[in-house]
Amino acid sequence: MGFDIRMPIGALFSVFGLLLCIYGAITRGSTIYAVHSLGLNVNLWWGLIMLLFGVGMLSLSRLRGKRLPDKGRPNGDKTSSVLPRKKGAKQI
Amino acid sequence: MRPEPQWIDYVVILIYFAFVLGIGYVLKKYMKTSADFFLSGRSIPAWITGLAFLSANLGAQEVIGMGASGAKYGIMTSNFYWIGAIPAMVFVGIFMMPFYYGSRARSVPEYLKLRFDEKTRGFNAISFAVMTVFSSGVSMYAMGKLLQLLLGWNFNGAILVSALIVLAYTFLGGLTSAIYNEVLQFFLIVIGFIPLVFLGLKDVEGWAGLKARLANEALVHTWKYMANASDNPMGVEWFGMIMGLGFVLSFGYWCTDFLVVQRAMAANSMTAARRTPLIAAFFKMFFPFLVILPGMIAGVVASSNLERASVQQSVVPGTPAQSSFYVGGRGIIPPKYDAEGQPLLRDGKVVLDYDLATPMMLVRFFPSGLLGVGLCALLASFMSGMAGNTTAFNTVWTYDIYQSYINKTASDRHYLWMGRFATVFGLGVSVVAAYVAKEFNNILDVLQLVFAFVNAPLFATFMLGMFWKRATGHGAFCGLLSGTAAAAIHHGLTLPRGSLPGLKGGYLGSVLHVYPSEMAQNFWTAIFAWCTCFLVTVIISLFSRPRVAEELRGLVYSETDQPEELGLQWYEKPAPLAAVVVALAVALNLIFW
Repeated sequence: MGFDIRMPIGALFSVFGLLLCIYGAITRGSTIYAVHSLGLNVNLWWGLIMLLFGVGMLSLSRLRGKRLPDKGRPNGDKTSSVLPRKKGAKQI
Repeated sequence: MRPEPQWIDYVVILIYFAFVLGIGYVLKKYMKTSADFFLSGRSIPAWITGLAFLSANLGAQEVIGMGASGAKYGIMTSNFYWIGAIPAMVFVGIFMMPFYYGSRARSVPEYLKLRFDEKTRGFNAISFAVMTVFSSGVSMYAMGKLLQLLLGWNFNGAILVSALIVLAYTFLGGLTSAIYNEVLQFFLIVIGFIPLVFLGLKDVEGWAGLKARLANEALVHTWKYMANASDNPMGVEWFGMIMGLGFVLSFGYWCTDFLVVQRAMAANSMTAARRTPLIAAFFKMFFPFLVILPGMIAGVVASSNLERASVQQSVVPGTPAQSSFYVGGRGIIPPKYDAEGQPLLRDGKVVLDYDLATPMMLVRFFPSGLLGVGLCALLASFMSGMAGNTTAFNTVWTYDIYQSYINKTASDRHYLWMGRFATVFGLGVSVVAAYVAKEFNNILDVLQLVFAFVNAPLFATFMLGMFWKRATGHGAFCGLLSGTAAAAIHHGLTLPRGSLPGLKGGYLGSVLHVYPSEMAQNFWTAIFAWCTCFLVTVIISLFSRPRVAEELRGLVYSETDQPEELGLQWYEKPAPLAAVVVALAVALNLIFW
């Protein structure tokens, strides 16, 4: 059902990461880091980590998309998903 | 000391909103039948339903509430996870999912219909439908109030915008859309809160430093002070904790609440459905470090950096002008204020606004930029809680009320349309409930109390239904009613220490027992309700006609073949996964003993 969820997750965090990296680079040395985050430029560093995570998710979704054209159910239905049942308790 | 989000924070939030709406829009074309809309066509892989199972419960009340409890009760709060949620989640995955998923029921009330009878289903469906809509309204109100207090946003605007966004994506993409956004929320919470915990712990010099600063041994142990209720801040003793929270309340919630069970029902196979709660449990047990720890840190962290900041920042209107932190507050947790803007006092002590513990941590440690991501995580949890309630409501309404009692023979198209209509209707009622909560706080408190009474005995019914083939419909129905009544009577005859008869209990004339805390009273109310339901169900069942064993295949343990697990790796099988989860949970209990 639907598309690979890793695609939007990867895209969102890539955008967030990129945005924060740029903002962190521009505001380097600003007092906001001394005031809030113990002097660490968390925008730059955490932005970088978010960017890596986002790109990782994106490449994962691309890899999987190529390997399994009918993706979605790698383990699907190896097991019997419907238990046998007799009449009387029939499906509505 | 209000934070001033910069343009960058709003850009981050707007991007998030755009993604959420985009997911709904893209999913619209996959919604062809009612099964697509309500059950995601039973086609979602386990890791996604697992994360959604976790996030659907991780609404704002959880994120804000667990931080508040962390500030109030310390690491003991993690008992809600390590003795509460985890065993129940393992149980539902291993023992109950075969019947939920295998019976092909489309909802929890429908399982009750298949196993017992129409009246049991009706009772559960109607109480659940009313409950979800109102609790969604209550959390909407909480969100509006918080955003108003914290960021100065408009109460009406915050409620309307978030309700419209949730409406748009659940209307378009149904359960799949809700599940996808829950997974997104999971990552937002994790990625948004890790730096918060990191910076907070760094500031207080780690766990050891936090322990030293809290200067209260009872706040840093989960079990050590549980022998006597009076020794620990929660006012609960070990038996009430294990039986009340660990058994009755947690199993009642995680095993029978359609809001979470619906996620597992959307899984693409029986094993995936059974793995869903186990995958959720694996991550769930580490969440105390993300949501409780910030609350604990908020109580001890110095606001010295804020002192410097406060020069540039405006003062919340209605609060006394002060340059640094709040007079009478603890750490960065502000006191509650009365109408004149003075700190609220009770018994000569300042009443703290613990619900602000986690939000204040975001404001304290996150500079603009990251603050936007943190606010996104908060907003995401508000919205996915709302969406979870909405999708559960529209399914129960359409399948268990509309299709069962109002219009039995319509086309699938019609039910799909009804599901969308129920989404609009449910969210509309929630918005109304949010405003009712704003005007008349007490009405909703009474409602929530009634819901708690209805929920407390539920697990006894499911347990007997799934594991005792002799249980009958009459037994289950009478058990549920008497269990609910027992909860109300027990609550009406007891009081938590220091409360007056009224909403807190004692309204039946005489007070037979005084509990050390409200939490202890809640746990024992649940225990009484469960035992009553269990006994009454057993007795009435023995006096009523049992169903033929044939009819119970796939519904009761003894009449059902165990699901086969051919061709799976050990780590794909539910049982070994469950063993790993339980072992880790035991280890966590011992480490923070």
